[in-house]
Amino acid sequence: MSNETEKMTPDLRAFIEEWKDKPGNLIMVLHKVQQTYGYIPREIAIETSELLKVPLAKIYGVVTFYNFFKLQKAGKYIIQVCLGTACYLRGGDDLIKEFERQLGVGVNTTTSDGLFSIEAVRCLGCCGLAPVAVVNGDVHGKLEAKDVAGIIEKYRTLG
Amino acid sequence: MAKLTLDDLRKMRGERQKAMEMRDNSNKDAQVIVGMGTCGIAAGAKEVFTTLIDTLTEKGLTNVLVRQTGCMGLCHAEPTVEVVVADMPTVIYGHVDAATAKEIVEKHVIGKAIVEAKILEKPSVDIVKEK
Amino acid sequence: MAYQSYVLICGGTACCSGGADNLVTEFASCLEAAGLKDKVQVVKTGCLGFCEQGPIVKILPQGTFYVQVKKDDVKDIVAEHLVKGRVVQRLCYDPEQATDVVAEANIPFYQKQYRIVLRNCGVIDPEKIEDYIARDGYKAIEKVLFEMTPEQVVDEMLKSGLRGRGGAGFPTGMKWKFAQQQPKGQKYMVCNADEGDPGAYMDRSTLEGDPHSILEAMIIAGYAIGATKGFIYIRAEYPLAIHRLQVAISQATELGLLGKDILGSGFDFEIELRFGAGAFVCGEETALLQSIEGNRGMPRPRPPFPAVKGLWGRPTVINNVETLANIPVIINKGADWFSKIGTATTKGTKVFALTGKVNNSGLIEVPMGTTLREIIFDIGGGIRGGHQFKAAQTGGPSGGIIPPQFLDTPIDYESLAKIGSIMGSGGLIVMDETDCVVDIAKFYLDFTVDESCGKCAPCRIGGRKLLNYLNKISEGRGTEQDIADMRSICDAMNKASLCGLGQTASNPVRSTLQYFMDEYLEHINDKKCRSGKCSKLIRYTIDAAKCKGCTMCARKCPAGAIAGSVKVPHVIDPAKCIKCGACEATCKFGAISHG
Repeated sequence: MSNETEKMTPDLRAFIEEWKDKPGNLIMVLHKVQQTYGYIPREIAIETSELLKVPLAKIYGVVTFYNFFKLQKAGKYIIQVCLGTACYLRGGDDLIKEFERQLGVGVNTTTSDGLFSIEAVRCLGCCGLAPVAVVNGDVHGKLEAKDVAGIIEKYRTLG
Repeated sequence: MAKLTLDDLRKMRGERQKAMEMRDNSNKDAQVIVGMGTCGIAAGAKEVFTTLIDTLTEKGLTNVLVRQTGCMGLCHAEPTVEVVVADMPTVIYGHVDAATAKEIVEKHVIGKAIVEAKILEKPSVDIVKEK
Repeated sequence: MAYQSYVLICGGTACCSGGADNLVTEFASCLEAAGLKDKVQVVKTGCLGFCEQGPIVKILPQGTFYVQVKKDDVKDIVAEHLVKGRVVQRLCYDPEQATDVVAEANIPFYQKQYRIVLRNCGVIDPEKIEDYIARDGYKAIEKVLFEMTPEQVVDEMLKSGLRGRGGAGFPTGMKWKFAQQQPKGQKYMVCNADEGDPGAYMDRSTLEGDPHSILEAMIIAGYAIGATKGFIYIRAEYPLAIHRLQVAISQATELGLLGKDILGSGFDFEIELRFGAGAFVCGEETALLQSIEGNRGMPRPRPPFPAVKGLWGRPTVINNVETLANIPVIINKGADWFSKIGTATTKGTKVFALTGKVNNSGLIEVPMGTTLREIIFDIGGGIRGGHQFKAAQTGGPSGGIIPPQFLDTPIDYESLAKIGSIMGSGGLIVMDETDCVVDIAKFYLDFTVDESCGKCAPCRIGGRKLLNYLNKISEGRGTEQDIADMRSICDAMNKASLCGLGQTASNPVRSTLQYFMDEYLEHINDKKCRSGKCSKLIRYTIDAAKCKGCTMCARKCPAGAIAGSVKVPHVIDPAKCIKCGACEATCKFGAISHG
């Protein structure tokens, strides 16, 4: 996706130093990587593997096992549509379809302008507000398909 | 803070219990408690919290404590707010928005009357106070 | 000037249909006549629960609760209660318990909930350790660290009858005992806060509302088994819970309630957070341990059990959040107190996240032995929008679907297992007649197929096969032979899978096959989905009598499936129709319907 090369930030380097000798540090370090870049960039994974003395293959294995870790940079606005049971029963899958239709991309892909990506997530824990979609931490509850256009518009104007 | 000994902890508990009782019963004090779990915040509890503080400041009320708590379990009615005013029964309001928050200050805290339509029942007895 | 009394009239849906609105005007006029207009405030409220006994009237500050109040009863409540201060006995739910004098109702006997785990949620400020301490917080560790031996703590747990709330219901005291009996050396205490069920958020709310209770319980467990190090394995998707735990750990450490020589007792204990990363299988003990160690979360066969060989090969106890939240209370109030709550085999309470097609969705806690009917209809206020109850689902993707005939089953581990479901971690999802069981089974299978770690074949391949059959049936291509095949796959998965995920993944299919076979057969033989959820089985038709031939639908149809000319009734070609519903939405004459 992105061609720019990410550089390891001093903050991340310090974090790795701090965790280097703790057993079972890999997942905590990967969380920090993703928190820093929004995904796990290949070049950072290579550097992390050297610093932690963990084979790159193992890092790849862990990253691909867990849903939370991403290998590709996501859009500026990440639309997470809840597909927990309560949201599903109240129309969560219709919401996803509507987002996909309006943005012209599928789940786990990013729009060509780099603005939006759609994710289906399992239970955000706001079942009382079902169905729910979260955009960069903002919760939109009790949604219907007709609300989708307004949400997209809101973030598009923000740019 | 220094590390506690057993006696320190017991003393601290006694003092805090008294402070909490005072807060509940004292003639001057009123407490407004906002449920701020993920669910409440998602439904707008933060806005309610700031509106409560702003309205109280606006009215010049300094003897009212606004504080947060976790989920009261009334997910269908988030955001929820509990109001404790001296000489009045304690009530819980559900579906509170900025407008209701203002009303709670004006009508309930100042006017000593219950705000219409949004009251809910406390879900259970308090086992800590139960003997 | 504050009012003397307040009359609360329930304005919930059930009470309103029972005539609550009339009561408001009746109270107003009776109070006026009695000269109490300015002394008593009459207020309509949200749902007060206990809907089947509505309309409900509650008088504050006494808290007197009147049920099934009719218009004619109002004058008595005003004359007796509000004027003379005497309770109107015949209107009380349980006249036995009503006293003649108006007194504070200390025991709201009408309430179905009892909160042990959630005792502090919604009461204390979770970011203030002082609030927790004031409510008997860290009192249990005083008793444990200074007055009890580790053996006594384990005995107390055994006596209480507490069983693991993570799903399987293994006795907590037994788990502790196994770990305690291992030779001395490094041991670990782990809190499982990887709440991965879709539709469940009990643990998140507990951690957000009362984080210190979990820390205190872990200290107690650590002392009992001889561990000095604890880990909380929590979902990264719970940022607020993580924040509050971090605050709680630093406060407790600062006060010396965590760390070296706690309260001068000589006992050391520290807690570290470890984040999950979105893998449902990591709720399984051995997979969770793999994940803490920084590996892919793949389960391994047991024995050896974690209590013998756990984290980094050392004895480890893993308890979930809800289990732990009970422990300080059990120590403070005693095992005898705790074991009096619940049923013969299952003690204490259970927290449920009550969601789906129910009026009052919420986080509730009830004594074990409460029935599904009480939960759904009394606490939950019944089914939304006047629909019919069709089924309840407990235990998430590992649980079963419970039909109406079992609404009166008292909930405990054994009774739920008997009707083909499990307690699980506590999701309770209510469904109405607009939900399709085949679709629901598909939803859960889709989840478990996605979340299967792929290590063992029964789960990896069996789950995929089941999902293929369900897709086939929901698209109208199923045969009766498919049902027989599904049954044998279910059995194979159940018997041969390596871990709990695979062993239980077929439960949604088994239970729907057992209780809703007629619906499966309808999909297979009649190519019909009665709730209209399976879109491939929907048929759109145009009523020729109502169709004016306006051509709107034909122009809207994205598939070109509608034929007809102006002012002549149109026809839909089912072979071309993609069931998008655009035509039905467009028709101004209500001529198009689907079924």
